[in-house]
Amino acid sequence: MDDTRAIHLHVNGEHRHCDVAPRQHLVDFLREDLGLTGSHLGCEHGVCGACTVRLDGQIVRGCLVLAVQADGRSVETVEGLTDSGAARDLQDAFVARNALQCGYCTSGMLMAAVELLETRPDATREEVRVWISGNYCRCTGYQAIVDAICDVLAARRSAAAGVSV
Amino acid sequence: MNAPERLPAALPDVAADQRYIGVAVPRPGARRLVEGRGSYVDDIRLPRMAHVVYWRSPVAHCRIVRIDRDYARLMPGVLGVFDGADVARICAPWVATLGHLAGMKSAPQHALALERACWQGEPVVAIVAETRVQAEDALQYLQVEWEALPAATHMETALAAETPVIHPELGDNLCFTRALDTGGVDDAFARADVVAEATFHFGRHTGVTLEPRCQIADWNPGEQRLTVYHSQQAPHMMQDLYARQFGLAESAVRVICKDVGGSFGIKVHAYPDDFATVAVAMLLKRPVKFVADRLESFTSDIHAREHRIHGRIAASKAGDILAFEIDDLTGIGPYSMFPRTSAIEGNQVVNLTGGPYKHQQYRAQLKVVFLNKTPTCQYRGVGHPIACAVTEGLVDLAAAKLGFDPLAFRQRNVIPDDAYPTSGASGIRLEGLSHEECLRRIDTLIDYPALLAEQAVLREQGVHRGIGFAALIELTNPGAAFYGVGGARIAAQDGATIRLEPTGGVTVMVSVGEQGQGSEGIFAQIAADAVGVAMDKVRVVTGDTDVTPYGGGTWASRGAGIGGEAVLQAGLALQQNILRVAAAILQRDIAELAVRRDAVIDMATGASLMPLAELGRVAYFRPDTLPPGFTPELMVTRHYAQRDYPFIFTNGVQASYVEVDTETGFVKLLKHWAVEDCGRVVNPMLVDEQMRGAIVQGIGGALYEECLYDDHGQLLNGSMADYLVPMSGEMPDIVVAHVQTPTKSSQLGAKGAGEAGTAGAPAAVMNAINNALRPFDAAVFSQPFTPEKILRALGKVT
Amino acid sequence: MKAPAFDYQKPRSLDAMFALMAAHGDEARLLAGGQTLLATLNMRLSEPALLIDITAIEALKGMAVHGDVLRIGALVTHSEIEASRLVAAHAPLLALAAPHIAHRAIRNLGTWGGAIAYADPAAEWPACLMALDGVVVARSASGERRIPAREFFVDLYTTALAEGEIVAACELPLHRAGDVVGFNELARRHGDYAIVGLAMSARRTPEGLRGLRLAFLGVGSTPWRAEAAEALFAERPLTAAQIDEAVAAVQATIEPLADLTHSAAMKRHLAGVLTRRLLQQQGL
Repeated sequence: MDDTRAIHLHVNGEHRHCDVAPRQHLVDFLREDLGLTGSHLGCEHGVCGACTVRLDGQIVRGCLVLAVQADGRSVETVEGLTDSGAARDLQDAFVARNALQCGYCTSGMLMAAVELLETRPDATREEVRVWISGNYCRCTGYQAIVDAICDVLAARRSAAAGVSV
Repeated sequence: MNAPERLPAALPDVAADQRYIGVAVPRPGARRLVEGRGSYVDDIRLPRMAHVVYWRSPVAHCRIVRIDRDYARLMPGVLGVFDGADVARICAPWVATLGHLAGMKSAPQHALALERACWQGEPVVAIVAETRVQAEDALQYLQVEWEALPAATHMETALAAETPVIHPELGDNLCFTRALDTGGVDDAFARADVVAEATFHFGRHTGVTLEPRCQIADWNPGEQRLTVYHSQQAPHMMQDLYARQFGLAESAVRVICKDVGGSFGIKVHAYPDDFATVAVAMLLKRPVKFVADRLESFTSDIHAREHRIHGRIAASKAGDILAFEIDDLTGIGPYSMFPRTSAIEGNQVVNLTGGPYKHQQYRAQLKVVFLNKTPTCQYRGVGHPIACAVTEGLVDLAAAKLGFDPLAFRQRNVIPDDAYPTSGASGIRLEGLSHEECLRRIDTLIDYPALLAEQAVLREQGVHRGIGFAALIELTNPGAAFYGVGGARIAAQDGATIRLEPTGGVTVMVSVGEQGQGSEGIFAQIAADAVGVAMDKVRVVTGDTDVTPYGGGTWASRGAGIGGEAVLQAGLALQQNILRVAAAILQRDIAELAVRRDAVIDMATGASLMPLAELGRVAYFRPDTLPPGFTPELMVTRHYAQRDYPFIFTNGVQASYVEVDTETGFVKLLKHWAVEDCGRVVNPMLVDEQMRGAIVQGIGGALYEECLYDDHGQLLNGSMADYLVPMSGEMPDIVVAHVQTPTKSSQLGAKGAGEAGTAGAPAAVMNAINNALRPFDAAVFSQPFTPEKILRALGKVT
Repeated sequence: MKAPAFDYQKPRSLDAMFALMAAHGDEARLLAGGQTLLATLNMRLSEPALLIDITAIEALKGMAVHGDVLRIGALVTHSEIEASRLVAAHAPLLALAAPHIAHRAIRNLGTWGGAIAYADPAAEWPACLMALDGVVVARSASGERRIPAREFFVDLYTTALAEGEIVAACELPLHRAGDVVGFNELARRHGDYAIVGLAMSARRTPEGLRGLRLAFLGVGSTPWRAEAAEALFAERPLTAAQIDEAVAAVQATIEPLADLTHSAAMKRHLAGVLTRRLLQQQGL
């Protein structure tokens, strides 16, 4: 039953052709088969958010998606986000605000934040708190993360309005 | 900014050209973490590495009758199935007691249980396979025949005649007892005008580090050397323990701690599965990785904080606290946890209750009892959250009875700022605290009159808000008082080795490591200022017993104060040695020279005489040009131990502002404030973030977290869905301010800051809730403060 | 926690799906969003031999108005419902409830049909379906049948679906002018399963609310309609003066089950509080 399936998918913009066992979840596939260890496992039951990655442009729990389900689809991890520069301002804000301590929740937080920035550019501070309420952090107490995301929301709004910050 | 960029220049500089100490510099180590380029244990792969999973006892207490490995052994990829006897051949059992906790007892414990498992989650059998998946598949085919045994599951009856004695050879289920009595307590209560009392309950809870416990044990038979990659806080302690438990020379063991995904004390202990993983690696002669999955983390990570305390306070009508009295019962696991012991938490409660106050009379009674539940041990705050909640809860009760404002009552009763050094009623020695100053500061910080006015207006409208305070003390920078004096080989000193590189960079190797709090960042700041270089020239190395000086690691909020001092001394010493080399090269009087901003300069004129890169070139590659008899020593090691006091206490005060929905019992945390005195603040942003994280962790215990057991000792809520940790939606913004009373026990003057937030938050939240409930003559003292408990206190649910 | 081994098939049509279901019976599980199933498998609470991934079946997708109902296909995700203009216009109750479902990453994959078929009594969609008197469109190899919401949720995680039957879609009566809806749930943390929740719908008339429907989540083994309370206002309107009566009727007839941290008495009390608050919100 552990016979593998061939899947074709894009990971961080690269086309990959791999063989996976049906039961292997997406994050194990990314970490173990592709060596992309930036996504982490904290619970494997979909609650902590450490495994959050993007599938066809939407955030998902990587532990609750099978690798075979990613066949024909596009996956983005924190490594891809870094290399593309798409979240550079967000990553800079996280460093500036110390919105991470041990760093284990960070890739999931960044993924969640990126989707917020894309879909809710006018989010209020309260909305940011609710949005990231599915990502567990034990180190920061969340405030610095909220601060960092709000900094970026404000900066992007200003840039969009043509006002220099 | 989430912290002041730079603190008010209240303290004299420790370095001649101080650019980084005291400044909110972002951590250099954070960049790779935001890029997803960390290196946690599970990211590491070694050739031929195998994976271990554990069969753990499914019940609280059982006899292991038979283990049948035949089917499991046949499963694909299985390399070995090992039981307690297999492991006991190479790994000695241990007993977790400390000599200075008089009368403490605990039974010998093995890495894998032999014959009997004593808690749900105790590891009994190890299955090693090529992959984790294969090992889990094989686990299902392991046949273990066991017989349930009666279990001791309630601490209130642990010592009752009808409760099974877990280890008959110990005689009873009492691990440790202690009594402290200043002698005049009865008299104080007799003459008091007001006596208040309450029974406080604290729910057992656990750390839930996002990265679970994990390690890779790599035994190299060719070298006869063990290397353990460990998500751990104290690598040298583990080096010592692995060597001793396995009969290896200390030099045959190397422990490496790279990125650690959260620890909080959970990862400072030596777990049975730590030793079992090493054992199977040695038996198989292959590297073996163990990663606790989340479900097994809940039953195998240490728990903490299961206490029931009867507390009383006596006060005069003038408003003076006369005495405190507590009776503390705490339920631990069936074994005291190795090597720091499970009696320390209760012992701390005895030492710390009443801490901020100047009363003279105090009596405390402690009983630490064994239970067939997950073992307990030190977890962030260790006894402080409990002592503080009991103290501050009683203080509020007394204040209310006397008709005093709670803040004013505290201001009247704290040890005055000019009283130091002094001792507390429990005998703890206090170097220098600032309770009065902190209380003044918080009054302004929260705008107390405005909050009171707002509270009054909203009460009229049926909206019930509460303001709660908690004054606290927190021990940091321990000397050998904690463990060393009790016989544990846990270092109370640390060291830093600092080297000038040929191209002018500086490398610092420090025995205190990094788990996210920013230790490496502050070490870089301190080293840069001490030597006289730019911070981006400094590289910090930690977490490798082969590389760094010998030291204690992270616990008891000692990283900045002890590790930082070692770095400071090493950096200053290196600067002196650089100047000696410069004097030799330049043929100048050393007193005329200084190291500033990556160069040797003329102090009088400020002129740059020689960049450090040039000095390095000459020192390392051109000794032929140096005066005879002179050898550059551009690598220096300095150690530091705090030896002036058993602990350097810090102090602070927190305030919580809540709104209690008296129909649903839900508590909304509106805001939280902390004024903290941790001595010299090396990086205000990092300290403030430690405070925030610690406060939220304390809030977890106050409102959400509890390990719920049934009467049979089964953990009922061991998953992330049912064990509730604080998430961002419910947490308040937290304002942090500082007072800086440096410690004189070091040149740096830094005290610790990692745990104070956790110490005070539950008390502040509890007092805020009870302040909100005051019009209803209702109060809650049982943590976590669930909506149901609040509604029952209000009589809305019966 | 690694899932046990299983086979995986992804049929492209309902017929192919039914054939697999018939061939494997209990040994097969349907995989839609997987947000519940895969967690269960990771914890080895279940060991199916085969997962049938139904996410490629077009017939199960899409939302559309058909006559006087809004038909929502089984594979529509919670996020799609949350963002949908059709839902905002024609089933605003769902728009109120959607943000309470877990968290964004779960909502992006979790499905309407999955939640209805799983029938967790603490989930939002079953209660919403009950409050709107929606209809489950069940499909099997032999055809389609419609099951009213009130007959669909039979017991804990148990529905009226027969062997070989799936939830293909649900039909909700269209929201009309004068209809009012309300949703609230009490949870210790945002996104947790509710301790108690309430989905309500009614018609606002000049005299008060008529046709009151109160569907509770988190109180029993299925979502629960407070029929006794509703019946009190079958003939007469509910005005502000009758709120107490409605609350009392709910509390008198509800039979909540305690959970790990909340007693039955607590749930009963909270059910009353939610009833009062939602009714008060209707501007009576």
